[in-house]
Amino acid sequence: MIKFGVVMFPGSNCDHDCFYAVQQFFSDQVDFIWHKSTDVHGYDCIVLPGGFSYGDYLRTGAIARFSPVMSEVKKFASAGKPVIGICNGFQILLESGLLPGAMLRNTSLRFICKYVHIKPVNFSTPFSKGLKKNEAIHIPVAHGEGNYYIDDEGLKKLQKNNQIVFQYCNERGIVSDDFNPNGSVANIAGICNEAGNVLGMMPHPERCCDPMLGSSDGKRIFESLLQSLNQRQTV
Amino acid sequence: MKEQEVTLQVALEHGLTEQEFSTICSILGRTPNFTELGVFSVMWSEHCSYKNSRAWLKKFPTTGPSVMVKAGDENAGIIDIGDGLAVSFKIESHNHPSAVEPFQGAATGIGGIIRDIFTMGARPIALMNSLRFGKLSAPNVRRLLDGVVRGISHYGNCIGIPTVGGEIYFDSTYEGNPLVNVFCLGILKHEDIALGKASGVGNSVYYVGAATGRDGIHGATFASEELNEASEDRRPSVQVGDPFMEKLLVEACLELLQTDAVVGIQDMGAAGLTCSTCETASRGGAGIEIELAKVPQREKGMIPYEILLSESQERMLVIVKKGSESEVEAIFDKWDLHAVNIGQVTDDGKMRVKFHGETVVDVPAKALADEAPVYHRAFKEPAYYKQQQIINLANVREPVSYAATFKSLLSNPSIASKKWVYEQYDHMVMTNTVVLPGKADAAVIRLKGTEKLLAITTDCNGRYCYLDPYIGGQIAVAEAARNVVCSGGKPIGVTDCLNFGNPMKEEIFWQFKNCIEGVADACKAFNIPVTGGNVSFYNENPRGAVDPTPVIGLVGLIESQNHVTTAGFKNAGDTIILLGPLDSTIGGSEYLAQEHGIKGGKLPEFDMKLEKAVQSFCYELIKNGLVKSAHDCAEGGLAVTLAECAIIGSEKGMHLGAKVALPDTGNRADSILFGERQSRIIITVNKEHTENIVKQAQQKQIPANIIGSVVSDRFELKYANKVLIEESVSSIHDIYYSALEVSLS
Repeated sequence: MIKFGVVMFPGSNCDHDCFYAVQQFFSDQVDFIWHKSTDVHGYDCIVLPGGFSYGDYLRTGAIARFSPVMSEVKKFASAGKPVIGICNGFQILLESGLLPGAMLRNTSLRFICKYVHIKPVNFSTPFSKGLKKNEAIHIPVAHGEGNYYIDDEGLKKLQKNNQIVFQYCNERGIVSDDFNPNGSVANIAGICNEAGNVLGMMPHPERCCDPMLGSSDGKRIFESLLQSLNQRQTV
Repeated sequence: MKEQEVTLQVALEHGLTEQEFSTICSILGRTPNFTELGVFSVMWSEHCSYKNSRAWLKKFPTTGPSVMVKAGDENAGIIDIGDGLAVSFKIESHNHPSAVEPFQGAATGIGGIIRDIFTMGARPIALMNSLRFGKLSAPNVRRLLDGVVRGISHYGNCIGIPTVGGEIYFDSTYEGNPLVNVFCLGILKHEDIALGKASGVGNSVYYVGAATGRDGIHGATFASEELNEASEDRRPSVQVGDPFMEKLLVEACLELLQTDAVVGIQDMGAAGLTCSTCETASRGGAGIEIELAKVPQREKGMIPYEILLSESQERMLVIVKKGSESEVEAIFDKWDLHAVNIGQVTDDGKMRVKFHGETVVDVPAKALADEAPVYHRAFKEPAYYKQQQIINLANVREPVSYAATFKSLLSNPSIASKKWVYEQYDHMVMTNTVVLPGKADAAVIRLKGTEKLLAITTDCNGRYCYLDPYIGGQIAVAEAARNVVCSGGKPIGVTDCLNFGNPMKEEIFWQFKNCIEGVADACKAFNIPVTGGNVSFYNENPRGAVDPTPVIGLVGLIESQNHVTTAGFKNAGDTIILLGPLDSTIGGSEYLAQEHGIKGGKLPEFDMKLEKAVQSFCYELIKNGLVKSAHDCAEGGLAVTLAECAIIGSEKGMHLGAKVALPDTGNRADSILFGERQSRIIITVNKEHTENIVKQAQQKQIPANIIGSVVSDRFELKYANKVLIEESVSSIHDIYYSALEVSLS
C-alpha cells in the first residue's frame, strides 16, 4: 500500500480535502504531518496542500518554507521521492527553491475561483505518466496569486528540460491567452523539477476526484502517481 | 483616553437615557464609575440588548421537535438533522462598519459570524452573504461593492470556509447605508454541543487569541445610531480582521472541545470582554472575577474602560475545569496562540473586574446581560402605505418592444448573474459544494459520511417589504422556502437578519412590527422554527431609512443526492410546466421600477395556502424522481425565470432554449411576462410524465399549466398567440453573464 503524508502548516486549509481525497479514492495509508515535525520516514509521497500558510501576509509561502518539516521535505525530494505541492503548496515549493520561478498576483488583481481546463504536456513524471496527449482536464483553480513568472532564460530552461507539466487551455485542449486565468507565463499551470519527482500546480486535483462534485478528472493525476509508485515497488 | 467623572451628561453621551441611568444607579445603590458606565452602555445598547425589538421577537416560533438549542439562549441555535448530527447556523449584520470601511467591515463580519458558530462546538462548513447596495451608477457604491466583496473574499478564502451562495440587490434606497448580512453554518455531533456558560466555583477563566488593542471601542454603540456625515469619524470604531489568527482559533478550539476540560466557551464579539464575561456568568447562574492586567495587550497605557470595551477581533473566552489548565495550555501552545488565565468563576453573581488588584467594576452580571430595559415602541402607519395601494397601474404604458424590455431586465444588476462576485470567493474548498453558485435556487452542500445534503438560501425583497411589510415579510420566508424546495430540500430552520431604520420613528417601527408579524406567521404556516438571528436598526442615511429588509436565511435538508435539483434545463424535448398561477399584476415588480420608475402598486395576490400546496407538490415530484429542473419564479417574472432556466442549462457549445406559448388570460402582456406573483415554479419533466403530473396537480387543485418545451438554441416566448420575445440563447447568455461586469466598467 502506498503511504501518503499531508503536511499541515498553520493556515493550510486544503489539508483535510487532500487527506479525504486520498483516503476515499487512493490509499488507506494517509497521515497528517505537523509542520513542526522532522520525521517524514515511511512515506511514499508527500502532499503540500493549499491554503494560506501563516496567513500569507508576507509573500505566499515565504514563511512556511522555514517550517521545520521543510528541510525533511527537501531531503525526501532529493532522494527522488514524489512531492506534490498544490496551490499554496506550489507557492511553498517555489519559495523553498525546490522549483524555479515565482508567483505574482493574478492579472485581474482579484482572487479567482472557477473551473478551468489544463492540458498535460509532459508525460514522464510519475504524476502525468498515465495521462493522455491532448486531453483537457477539467479542474478548479482558487487563488489570488497564481500568476506564474519566470524570465526568458528560465523559461527556455524549463522547456529544454521538459519541466512544464500542465498548461491552461480550453475544453478542446487549445492553449492560448484567452484561456489563461491569471496571466501565467506560457499558460503554465504546473511545473516539475529537473528530476520530475517534485510537482507544483495551481489547480486543485483534490477538488475534482468525486463525480458528485462535478468532475472526477483530478483522480487521473493521483491514479498516474499510484501506478508509477506501484510499478516502482514491484520492480 | 482618560477616565471622566460620571454625571447624567456623560451617561447621555454614552447613548443611555436619563431613565436608564437612574435604573443603573438604583441597581448599584450608587453612581457607577466611568468603567461601569461604559460597561452598562454597551450591554444595554440596542445591538447587545435588543431592548427595542425584544418584545416583538417573541412572536417568532422558536421551538419544535428538532430544536436542540433555542433562539436567544446561546450564540447560535442548533437543529437536529438525524444520524446523531446537528447543524448550527446564524445570520448577522455588519452594515455600519461596512458603510465607513467596506473591506474591514465586511471581513470582520465574516470573522464574527464564524466565531458564533464554532463557539457552539460546530465546525463551520459554509458561508453565505446577503448584500444590498445603492445603484451602481453612483461612484461611492462601486467603491463599497468592491470593498465589501474584497473583504469577504479576503477573510473567507483565507480561513478556508467556502462561500457557497448569497444574493445582491442594487436599489437607491441603500445608497450610503449598504446592508452586509453574513451567514455561517456549522455541523456537529450531538454530544459535542458547547455552551457559553460559566459555572463551577473556582474554575479558571481563560483569555485566548489575539491581543487587545484600542480598535472597535464602542462598536456596539456605533451600530445603534444613524449614519451621517460625521460617521466617517467613526472609522476607529471599525475593527481590523486577521483571518489567519481566526483559522488557528477555530482549529485550536475545536481540538480543545474534544477534551473534557471545557465548561463553557464564548467568543468576544460586540462589547468584547465585557459581553463575554457577564453573559457567561449570567447563563451559568454564577459570578466571574477577572484581572485586566493579565489580558494580553498590544497597545500601551490602556485603561480598564478601553480593555473591557475593545472589540479587537479573534478572541475567545474559555471557562476551564479546575485542574485541566495544563491540558488547555498545551493545545493552545501547539497552535501558537495566547492562552492566559485571567480569573475564576465565583458564586456571588457579580461581574468583578480588577486592574492591578484594584476593583474597577463590581456589578451584578445578570443585570448587565439580562435586565436591560425592554421598550414597547409606538408605531404608526405611514402615509405612503395607503397611497401606494391605490396607484392605478392601468395608466402605465406597455413596452414598445417586449424584446428590448426583456433584455434590459436580464441585464439589470439585481437580476443578472453574480459571477463576477462569486468567482472572487472560494466556493469549493472543503470539497462539499455539490451545486456551484448560480446553478440552483439554493446552495447545496453534501455532508461527508452521510447520505444527506443541505440546501441553504438567503432571501428578501426590500421593495415588497416597503410596499406591504406584512406580506413582504411572509414572502421573504415563502420565497426562501421555495428556493430550498426547488433544490430538493425540506426546510428545517430559519435565521433572520432584520434590517430597519430608526426604531424611534413611529413609521419605521410600524414597518418593523408588520414585517415581524409577516415573517412569524409564515414560519408558523410552514412549521419552521426560527433559531436566532440579529436586529439591525438605525439603517438610515441623511435622506431617510432603507427599505425594511428582513433577510431570511433558510436551511433545508436534502435526503438523498438523487433529490438534488438545479434550475437549468436538461434536455431538448422536455416539457415545461408552470406550477402555480399564470396571472399576475405588475405591482411592486422590478419591471415597474426599472422601466417606469415606479416603486409602488399593490403587490400581486399572495395566498399562503396556495404557496404551501405548490411547494409540497413540487417537493413530492422531486422525491419521486420526476423533475429534471426546477426554478422559482421571482424578480423579472416568468420571462426572466424561463430565460434563466435556458441560460443556466446551457454549456459551452450546447445551448438549450425554450419554445413557450402562454395562454391568453385576458390580461396585459407585461403583467403576464414580467409580473412577480409568488407561489410559482417552473419545472421541466420528461414528456411522457407530463399528463400524469398535470392530472395529479388537478386532483390537488394546484394550478399547473403546460406552457412549452425545451428546444435547442432558440428562446421564444408567445403570449396570446403573439411572439413577443425571440432571441438566440447565446445572445441572452452573454447579456446575463456579462451585465454586472459591464455596469462596473
